[in-house]
Amino acid sequence: MTWGIIIAIVLVLFIFTLLTLGDGLLKVTASQAGEDTSGYSVLPSSLQELLGLGKKKGEYVPDDAPVKRLKRGFDVNLAGGPSLGQTGIREVRSATYALKPKDFIGMSPIPKVMPELGATVKAGEPLFYDKKHPEIIYAAPVSGEFIELRRGEKRSINELVILADQGEMQYHKHEDVPNLETASRADLVDFLTASGAWPFLRQRPFDIVADPSMTPKSIFVSTFDTAPWATDANLSVAGKEAAFRKGLEALAMLSGTKVHLGVNGMAQQRPSDAFLKADEVEGVEIHYFQGQHPAGNVGVHIHHVDPVLPNGQVVWHTDVHGVLLIGQLLLEGIFDTSKVIAVAGAELPGEEGYYARVHQGIQIAALLEGMADDMTTEKAYVRNAEGQKEEKMVEVRSIRIVSGDLLSGKQVERESFLGFYDDQLSVVKEGNYYELFGWLVPQTGHPTRSRTFPGGFFPGTHYVPDTNTNGEKRAFVMTGEYESVLPMNIYPQHVMRAILAKDFEKMEGLGLLELGEEDIALCEYVCTSKQPLQAILREGLDELRAQ
Amino acid sequence: MALIDFWKRIEPSKENQFLHATYDAFFTFMFKPNLTTKGKGVHIRDAMDLKRTMFHVVIALQLCLLVGTFNIGHQHFVALGIHTGFIEAFHLKLVFGLVQLLPIVIVANVVGLGIEFYFAARRGHAVEEGFLVSGMLIPLIMPPDIPLWMLALAVAFAVVIGKEAFGGTGMNVLNVALLARVFIFFAYPTEISGDGPWVAAWALAEDGATKVADYYWAHTMFNPLFEAAGWSTFVQGTPFVAGYSGATPLALGAAQGWAQVDAATGEVTGGILSQYSALQMWMGGIPGCIGETSKPAIIFGAIFLLITRVASWRVMLSFVIGTALTGMIFNAWDATVFMNIPWYQHFGMGGLLFAMAFMATDPVTAAQTNRGKIIYGFLIGFFGMVIRVMNPAYAEGWMLAILLMNVFAPLVDHYVLEGNISKRLKRAKEYAK
Repeated sequence: MTWGIIIAIVLVLFIFTLLTLGDGLLKVTASQAGEDTSGYSVLPSSLQELLGLGKKKGEYVPDDAPVKRLKRGFDVNLAGGPSLGQTGIREVRSATYALKPKDFIGMSPIPKVMPELGATVKAGEPLFYDKKHPEIIYAAPVSGEFIELRRGEKRSINELVILADQGEMQYHKHEDVPNLETASRADLVDFLTASGAWPFLRQRPFDIVADPSMTPKSIFVSTFDTAPWATDANLSVAGKEAAFRKGLEALAMLSGTKVHLGVNGMAQQRPSDAFLKADEVEGVEIHYFQGQHPAGNVGVHIHHVDPVLPNGQVVWHTDVHGVLLIGQLLLEGIFDTSKVIAVAGAELPGEEGYYARVHQGIQIAALLEGMADDMTTEKAYVRNAEGQKEEKMVEVRSIRIVSGDLLSGKQVERESFLGFYDDQLSVVKEGNYYELFGWLVPQTGHPTRSRTFPGGFFPGTHYVPDTNTNGEKRAFVMTGEYESVLPMNIYPQHVMRAILAKDFEKMEGLGLLELGEEDIALCEYVCTSKQPLQAILREGLDELRAQ
Repeated sequence: MALIDFWKRIEPSKENQFLHATYDAFFTFMFKPNLTTKGKGVHIRDAMDLKRTMFHVVIALQLCLLVGTFNIGHQHFVALGIHTGFIEAFHLKLVFGLVQLLPIVIVANVVGLGIEFYFAARRGHAVEEGFLVSGMLIPLIMPPDIPLWMLALAVAFAVVIGKEAFGGTGMNVLNVALLARVFIFFAYPTEISGDGPWVAAWALAEDGATKVADYYWAHTMFNPLFEAAGWSTFVQGTPFVAGYSGATPLALGAAQGWAQVDAATGEVTGGILSQYSALQMWMGGIPGCIGETSKPAIIFGAIFLLITRVASWRVMLSFVIGTALTGMIFNAWDATVFMNIPWYQHFGMGGLLFAMAFMATDPVTAAQTNRGKIIYGFLIGFFGMVIRVMNPAYAEGWMLAILLMNVFAPLVDHYVLEGNISKRLKRAKEYAK
C-alpha cells in the first residue's frame, strides 16, 4: 500500500519533470525560429485554463447585463502588432489625400465629379455623387486643391486626389445644422446626405451604403475589433466623448427603434466610458460579446441580436469613426475625418506597429516611412524562344501592403491611399518561396489553427505571417471547419455551394443575407482547400441584389 | 538551394500533359509551392492544406499496418502448428507478413495513382491527394490472401467508377476504399467470405494435411541471415495442421454463439485454434482483414485523428452509441445465438472499430453538417449491427452499412439544411406580424 503511494508520487514527479523539460525545449526551439514565446506553454498556467473555462468577463460588465458568449472563433495572433510605444499616437500627414469611389460596393464605375480640376476645396465640401443615388454626397476629407482624377479601365474613376493644405485645415462650416430636439427624422436624413456623412452608414444585407429612403429595423455599432492587428477604438473616442454621445442620439433618431452597441465583454483594458455608459442615451442598448475573432464583427452582433431575415427589412451599421463624425458634425458643424488607425507588420522599422492619427484617404507612403523597399530580385528559370531553359534574374515583390486587416483588406501600392472604411494598414512579407516538405514538417513557424502543427496546441503564440497559400486550391473536402470558426447558426459551406450552383432560393434561405465578407474571412483563412470564399460570397450577394 | 534548382531544370514542358502532371505531383510532394494569396480576399492562409490532412490519416494508419503485417505471419504459423505463441519467431512472422503485404500495397497504389495521374493530365489540373489515404486503406481492408489481379481490378473499378466519374477527389458519393472491397465482395464472393481467405497461404490446403507450406525466394533469402543469428528459419514443406478451420471469431459467434468464441483462453491445443478469448480478440491475434484485427492499434489511430482534429468526433461518438444501443436491443430480443453476444463484445469483433475510425469519418462521403454527422454515425451503427447480426450469409455489416449511409448522407444533410432554412423563414414571418 505504502509502496503504491510512493510509486504514484514518483510517477507524477517524473511526468511533471518531463513536461517541464519539454516545455523548456519547445520554448528554446520556438525562440530560435524567431517566434514570440509569450503564452507558449505546455503546462497550463492556471486552473482556469486547465479546465478550459476561458477568459472571464471583464469586471466592468454589470452583473445583470446581457453577455453573449461566443464559443466558436479563432484569434489569429500575429507578431508585429501596433503598440503605443514611448511616443504614443503619432500624428501623420501626407501631401495628397484621395477618395476612392471603388471603396463603395455597388457604386456605378463613373460617378459624377462635382468640382473642376484645380479647384480649391475645403474639408467637407462635396466631391462626387453616385448617379443612382444623387442625394448622397461624398465629401472631401481634407482641404486643399483638387489636382487629379486617376482613371482605371473603361474610364472608370479610381481615385480623386486632393493636394492638401500645408497649414491649418480649412473646414466647410455648416450653418444649417439641425437641432435634434426639434428637427424631424427627414430633416436629419437630408442634412446627413448633403453633408457627406451618410456614406458612413452602411446597410446589411449586401454591406452597401445605406439607402436613405428606407427605415432600418435597427442600427448597429461595434466598438471593438478582433481582427489581427486591429486598432483600438478607445483611442479614437478619447477626448471626443461628447461627439460620440451626440452621434448616438442622431442614430437613435434615424433608427426609430433601437441602436445596438456591441461592447467587448472580456477586454484586457476597460473600454471607454463613452461605450460603457452609452445606454444613458435614449434608444441605445448595450450588448456585451465575449469570444475570439470574429466576435467584434458587426455582422456577428446583428446575427445574435436582430438578424437580417429574408423579408426585405434592412439593418444599418456604422463604426465608431462614423458615430464620431456624425456627432461632431452636429455639435460643431464641421466635417472632421481624423481618426486613429493601426499600422502594423513585422517588416516596419522597429519590427513593431504603431497607432497614428490621420485624416481619411491618407497616402500610404506617409505611413510607411523608413520601411525597406518592397521589390527584390530572384533567380528564375525561363524558357527562351528556342524552348531552352535559361537562368534569369526577375523582379519579385517582397512585401505586400494591405489597406484593412490581413483577412479581408485590399492590397494597395505605396502611392495609393487608405480605404474609406479602413482603420488599419497591414504590412506582410510576400510568401513566394518554396519550402522543402513544407506541408509535412511539424514546426514551420506559420500561424495555424490546425493541431497537426505543435503550434495548434498553443493558440497564444504570435507568429510572423507571410502570404504563402501553404498549399494548392482543392475541391471542398474537409467539412465542419468553417462552422467551427463562425459563431453564427449558418452553414457557410452550403451557402458557398448554393452560390456556385446559382440556387437563389437556397442561398437566401441559408442566410447569405446575414453575411458580409469580413464575417467569412476567417473561414477562408482556415480553409484546407484554399477556396476563395470571400470572392464567392460577393458573387452571390451581387447576383442576389441584381434579382 | 541546389535541390530546387535541379527540380526546376528538369521540369518537362507543359505540352506533354501526362508527364507534366506527374512531375507536378512529385514536385509539390517535395516542395510546398511558392503560390501567394490573391490581392483580394485573405492575404494570409492557415498552414494547413489537403496534403497534410491526408497524410495525417496515413500516419494514423501506420500502427494498424505494422501489427497487421505481423499478424499475417502469425496466423500463417498458427495454421502450421509451429511458433504458435504470439511473439514467438517474431522475425519469421514479420518477413512472411511483409512478403505478403508489400505486393498488395504496391499494386493498389500503382494502379490507383496511375489512374489518378492520367485523369489529372486529362483534366489539366493538379493531382489531388485523395488517393494517398485510399491507397493505404485498401490494403488494410483486404484479406491477406487476395489475388493481386483481383485487387488491381477492384482498385481500377473504385477509382474510375467511384471517383473519377464523379469529378475526382471531393466529388465522390461513395467511399473509394469500401467500393474496392465491395467490388470483390460481389464479383468474387469466395475470396472475401467464409473461412478460407483470412489466413495467408492456407486456402490452398483445404483438403486437410496433404498440402504443405511452400516458400519463395523472397522468404528463403533471409534464411542464411537468420541461421547466422541462431534464429529459426523458414522450413519448406511443413504440413498444415489437420482440422484447422481458420474461422474468424465473428463467423464462430454467428454460428455457435458467444460461449464458443470465448471458450478458450487463447491457447492453442493440438494445433487447433478455432476458439478465441476476448483478450486475444482485442489484441489482434485472430484471423481477419489485414488492418482490422488489432484494436489497440486502431484506437491509437482514432485518438491521433481526434487530437489532431482531422476526423470528426461527432461521427465516431454517435457511431459507438448507435452500435451499443442496437447491440443492447439484440441482447434483449435474444432470438438467435448471435443476438445473444454481449453488446460490448461486438466492439472487439470484426471491423467495427476500423470502420468507426477510418471509414465512417471520411469527410467527403459522410454527412457534412454537424447535426447530420450525428445522425449519420448513429444510423451506420444501427444498420451495421442489423446487417451483421441478421444477415444469414455474411457475418459482418460495416462495409454495406457505410456504403448505404454514404448514399443517404446528402438526404440527411438536406433535411438538416431545410430545418435551418425553415427556422429563418419562420422568424421572418413572425416579424411580419
